[in-house]
Amino acid sequence: MDRFVFLTVDGLSRGAVYAAFALALVLIWRAARVVNFAQGAMAVAAAYVAYTVSTTTGSYWLGFAVAIVAGLLLGALVDRVVMRHVDHASPLNPVIVALGLVLLIQAVLGMVYGNEFRPAEAPFSRSALTVGGVAVLSPYDLFVFAAIGVVVSGLAWMFARTPVGLRMRAAAFAPEVSRLLGVNVGGMLTLGWALASGVGALAAMLVMPTELGLHPHAMDLVFVSAFTAAVVGGLDSPPGAVVGGLVVGLLLSYVSGYAGSDLTPLAVLVLLLAVLLVRPGGLFAPVAARRV
Amino acid sequence: MSATRAALPPKHQPVEAGDRPVDRRFGSTLLRHLAVVLAVGLVLVAVSYAVEPFRNFQLATVAAYLCATAGLTVLTGLNGQLSLGHGALMATGAYTVALCQNAFADRGMTGGWLLPLSLGAAIVSTVAVGAVVGVAAARLRGPYLAGVTLAVAIVVPALAVTFDGVFNGEQGLSVPVEPPPLSLGPYFPYERWQLWLTGAATLLALLLLANLVRSRYGRSFRAVRDDEVAARLAGIHVARTQVLAFVVSAATAGLGGALLAVLAQSVSPGAFSLTLSLFLLMAVVIGGLGRLTGALWGAVLLVALPDLTHSVTELFTLSPAVAQRLEGNLPLAIFGLTLIVVMIAAPGGVQGLLSRLGRSLLARWPARRS
Repeated sequence: MDRFVFLTVDGLSRGAVYAAFALALVLIWRAARVVNFAQGAMAVAAAYVAYTVSTTTGSYWLGFAVAIVAGLLLGALVDRVVMRHVDHASPLNPVIVALGLVLLIQAVLGMVYGNEFRPAEAPFSRSALTVGGVAVLSPYDLFVFAAIGVVVSGLAWMFARTPVGLRMRAAAFAPEVSRLLGVNVGGMLTLGWALASGVGALAAMLVMPTELGLHPHAMDLVFVSAFTAAVVGGLDSPPGAVVGGLVVGLLLSYVSGYAGSDLTPLAVLVLLLAVLLVRPGGLFAPVAARRV
Repeated sequence: MSATRAALPPKHQPVEAGDRPVDRRFGSTLLRHLAVVLAVGLVLVAVSYAVEPFRNFQLATVAAYLCATAGLTVLTGLNGQLSLGHGALMATGAYTVALCQNAFADRGMTGGWLLPLSLGAAIVSTVAVGAVVGVAAARLRGPYLAGVTLAVAIVVPALAVTFDGVFNGEQGLSVPVEPPPLSLGPYFPYERWQLWLTGAATLLALLLLANLVRSRYGRSFRAVRDDEVAARLAGIHVARTQVLAFVVSAATAGLGGALLAVLAQSVSPGAFSLTLSLFLLMAVVIGGLGRLTGALWGAVLLVALPDLTHSVTELFTLSPAVAQRLEGNLPLAIFGLTLIVVMIAAPGGVQGLLSRLGRSLLARWPARRS
């Protein structure tokens, strides 16, 4: 029972990170109809920037803030310099360009920092507090939940309640009409990319200390898990991404806890295939959204 | 949409029938392809005598990659299905060959027919894996398909580590291959024999692919890529066509992986990482999607680029650590950058540029004559 509780909490903590990452994917998908396969590499790049800042200044929190800012800037840059100029007539083109970005970013990181693992420090203790004799939450888990909670509710508030959120939704769903009504559609698109990339950078900062550490390929498997989470929820649905993230986190935690961590990639693939074969649009997507 | 665009006559070309350079063909398709394959084979044999052993080995590697890139071209370029998992399919073929060859060696069996048998087994096993993935792929579109095949690309090397009793974990397996037959003489260079082996297998695979592309099936591949609804209305079974395309390209990828394993005489999960899958995709995109000749450019690039950056980094005097970092990562960076630039500036790739150049030259030719 102890083990089950521990695995559940651990799964939820990982799941929160996957949820944030999946949310970033959903943000870009809704705004630009692109699944950003370069999200993981971009987040790693932001984490490396944070590493540089943290090691030179000695302050974790300064590095943390710089990572988010670097994520925001990188997202805007990728949209302005690359994605804007890609022919979106075929859905293959943006995917291929994103993959080119993955190679480019990982190679540049490898050239600058080298391909070895670097330790990623955690700002709080990762040993679990005991409640009534059962090890439950570590302070770091609490920090993860709090950070993701703030970001997710902040995004939800922004989209639902602010004029900018309204304009972003309008630009995503009816670009021509919004342009006629005076919405800066291109600017909204860039803002969407920046926000998504910032959330991705946050997720990378939160997940790195629980993984092997900083490495150009550190987010490959996290990306696949987050993509699975986004697909489980349906690429069009932000609440779906959050639920999907938690589901994937729990599944991976149970699989690695009871069956061995080597099997987690296989579990991700099985879940992905199962969901796609049963409901190709994801569990939260409206059925009519799928074209022939 | 692209179908209608392709149907319009190009602007600067004479429209009269018979004057179009593209349609000037003669004889049966099979005979023409056979003639080309024979000619290329003869050239390859001549080249194998002319160049040094290392170049022979490189050419053999190009041939092995060409198998995989040609298959991926058929799938992505002609059928419009994006696969990021072809590195995993290559791994399937490579591990099958390793297991077969080891099994033969353990039982003390020898003979020239063993390697073709192992290669056949590699194709059969990748066809099985390809069929499973293909059935799932036929239901998926664009980014969803890319995501699933991406997961496949990550899972297959991980499986090799998980079941290390069979696959020997990160270390991988060695692939025992017999020396060239004695009838070729006692001093026959091993690299030349490798080139002959892989060249023959690849030419055979290309012959089959080229005929498939020109056949009824090839036309339905393209029809499905251009417009699924129209294809369905024309009586094409869309899902079946997509599964067929996936299986065919899986088979060639498996053969390519198997050949690569035979060349290296070893297999390990590190050799078939996600990066390899991305590399294959880069290669076909940069070479030119939708043309088998584009796959050739891609395969050449896959072998030449790391070699080229190696010699470039050797030109500068760098500390060993820096040189090592650059050597592993510079080809990746160049590949990524080229991919982005090609996708934005010249979506036809190298082959698209070449054929555009050739067409404009041909179009100018009669004008100069008159």
